[in-house]
Amino acid sequence: MNAIAAIEPAHASAQRLRERAFHGATFVAALLVLGLLGGVAFALLIGAWPALGHFKLGFLTSQVWNPVTERFGALAPIYGTLVTSFLALLLAIPVSFGIAIFLTEMAPVWLKRPIGVAIELLAAVPSIIYGIWGLFVLAPVLQRHVQPWLIEWLGPLPLIGHLFQGPPYGIGILTASFVLSIMVIPFISAVMRDVFETVPDVLKESGYGLGATTWEVIWQVVVPYARTGIIGGVMLGLGRALGETMAVTFVIGNAHRIGSSLLAPGTTISAAIANEFAEAVGDLYTSALIALGALLFLITFTVIAAARLMLMRLGRKALSNV
Amino acid sequence: MSLFGAKRWSAGAIAVIAFAGAQAADISGAGATFPYPIYSKWADAYKQQTGIGLNYQSIGSGGGIKQIKAKTVTFGASDMPLEEKDLQESGLVQFPMIIGGVVPVVNVKGVQGGQMVLDGPTIAQIYLGDITKWNDPRIKKLNPSLALPATAIAPIYRSDGSGTNFLFSNFLSNAYPKFKETIGASTSVQWPVGIGAKGNEGVANMTTQTDGAIGYVEYAYAKQNKMAYTALINSAGKQVTPDAQSFQAAAANADWAHAAGYHLILTNQPGEKSWPITGASFILVYGSPPDPAATGAALKFFDWAFKNGAKMAADLDYVPLPDSLVAQIRNTWKTQIKGVPAI
Repeated sequence: MNAIAAIEPAHASAQRLRERAFHGATFVAALLVLGLLGGVAFALLIGAWPALGHFKLGFLTSQVWNPVTERFGALAPIYGTLVTSFLALLLAIPVSFGIAIFLTEMAPVWLKRPIGVAIELLAAVPSIIYGIWGLFVLAPVLQRHVQPWLIEWLGPLPLIGHLFQGPPYGIGILTASFVLSIMVIPFISAVMRDVFETVPDVLKESGYGLGATTWEVIWQVVVPYARTGIIGGVMLGLGRALGETMAVTFVIGNAHRIGSSLLAPGTTISAAIANEFAEAVGDLYTSALIALGALLFLITFTVIAAARLMLMRLGRKALSNV
Repeated sequence: MSLFGAKRWSAGAIAVIAFAGAQAADISGAGATFPYPIYSKWADAYKQQTGIGLNYQSIGSGGGIKQIKAKTVTFGASDMPLEEKDLQESGLVQFPMIIGGVVPVVNVKGVQGGQMVLDGPTIAQIYLGDITKWNDPRIKKLNPSLALPATAIAPIYRSDGSGTNFLFSNFLSNAYPKFKETIGASTSVQWPVGIGAKGNEGVANMTTQTDGAIGYVEYAYAKQNKMAYTALINSAGKQVTPDAQSFQAAAANADWAHAAGYHLILTNQPGEKSWPITGASFILVYGSPPDPAATGAALKFFDWAFKNGAKMAADLDYVPLPDSLVAQIRNTWKTQIKGVPAI
C-alpha cells in the first residue's frame, strides 16, 4: 500500500514539501548558534566599551584593580588564567595519556569497564564539589606536607627557585592548577581513549608481527594515527580549564597581583567576575568586569582557532606523507 | 506505590494553588545577602499570620540597587547606604532595617577567643603589610599579658564583594589615615597583602587552618563556629567584646537624627560600649511608588518586623534597631512616601 502511495504525484509533492521544511528547520537551528554567538560577542563588546574606551591599552597592561579609585587593569587575571590552564594541562596530559593507553592497550578486559565508568563519573562531578574538596581537603594537605617540602628543596634552586618561594598558604596558583588538572583529566582521557580505540587492529597487529614491542607499537603506530584526536582532546580540556570558575575561586586566593611564586595567591578572569559582579556598584566597575568577560571570550576563541589551524596543518602533512 | 503517587500529585496541586494564591499579594524585593536569613525567617512567620509572602532574591547589594532603579522589584536592599544626592536623583527613600557586626578572628597558638585585644590602627597596619609578626611591639603593647609567638601574620580577606568588606575597610579607613589614602572603603578593595577567600565560610576555614592567620567574619558566623574572636578598642578608648549589646550601643549612640537619608555607617561610633565595626542593612523604596499598593504591603511587612521580629533576629544573632530609631523611621514613611495607605 505504502509503496504504491509513494509514487502518487500528490503524495510525492507532499513529501518534497516535508523534506524542504525539515531542511529549513535544521538550517534555522544551525543559524541560531551563529546568531547567539554573534549576540554574545556584541553584548560583551557593548558592555565592555566604557571600560575599554576609558583605559584603552592600559586595561591590558596594568595589574592595578582598585574599585575604590575606579582604576582597572586586567593583567593579573589574564596571567592567572593562562598560567593555571597551562600548568593544569602540563599535569593532566601525561596522566590522561597513561590512562587512555592503559585502558586501550594493556588493561585486562574485566578492568576496562570499571575504570571507564569511573572516569565518566569524575567528569560529571559538579565543579563546586571540586572547589570545596580543594579548599577543605587538598589545601591543608598541600599546606602542611607538600608546599614546605617544595619551598625547602626547590626554592633555593637557580632559575626555577623563585617559583617555589614564599609562605605556604595552601591555596594559590599551584593549588588551583592542581584542582583544574584533576577536573580536565576525565575529558582528555575519555577523548584519547576513544580515538585510540579507532586505531585499526590490523595496523597494530602488523606492528607486532614485525616484532615491535608494545612500547614501539604505541609510539610508532597508535599515537601517530590518533594525533589529531589527541590534540582535539587536549583542546577540549584547555577550553574547560580556561573558563572554569567555581572550583578556581575557592582555591586560588583571589588576589589581583602577579606573584613570581606559584605558591602565591592570584586570580583568573572567571574568578574575578564571579567574586565581584554581584556587588559591583558603578558603571565603570561593571563595565571593567564585562571587559574581562570579553577578553576570556577572545582568549578561548584564539585557542580554538589555533587548534583548528594545527589540525589542518597536521592533516595536510599526513596527506603529503601518503 | 499508588499511595506515593497520589501523595505526590496532591503535593503538586497544593504547590500550584499556593503559587496562584501567592501571585496576587507577594512582596518582591532584591539585594543584600547579609540580611537574607533574617528576612526569610520574618517572611515565614509573616506568611503564617497574614498569608502574604515575600519573594526576596539575595543577589547582592549592587544587584538590589540596580533592580530597584529598574523598578522590577518593590524594594531593594543594600548593605552600603546610598548617598543623599543619589537618593534624590532617583527618587528613592532609604531606611535601616537590621544591624549586624563584623568580628576579627585570629589563629595564634595559645590564644583563645576574646583574649587578644586589637585596635583599628594595628589591624590596618597588619592588612597594609606594615606589621608582619605576631610578636610585633605594637601588638604586644595592646596585649601585655599574652605570650605572643614570632609567627608570620597571614591576613585573610573576603574575595567576593560584600557588605562585610565594606564595613571592615570603612572601619580601617576611619581608624588609620594611611589605609584611607592607599586603599579606601568599598565592597571590594585592592588588598596589598594576604589571600582572598570566598564568603564567610571561606574566610573562617582559611583562618582556622592557617597558623598565624587573621580574618574577619560576620558576628553570627564567629559565634556559631566558636572562632577565636578578638576584643577591640573603640573610639572612646574602651575595650569592648562583640555581642548584641555592643552592636546595639553603636546603633543607639549614632546620630541618626542628623543623617540625611539615614546615610550613616556605624563604624567607630561614639560611646563607651559601642562595637566599632557595626553596620546597618538598608531598605530602598520609591518616594512616589509606581505601585503604591505593593509598596504599602512592603511597609506593612517591615512595620510588623519592627514590632514582632526582635526575638527572631536575636535567635539568628542579628541585632534589632533601637526603639528611638524605629520611631524615626515610621515618621519618615509617613512624611516621605506618598500615596501609600496608612499603616
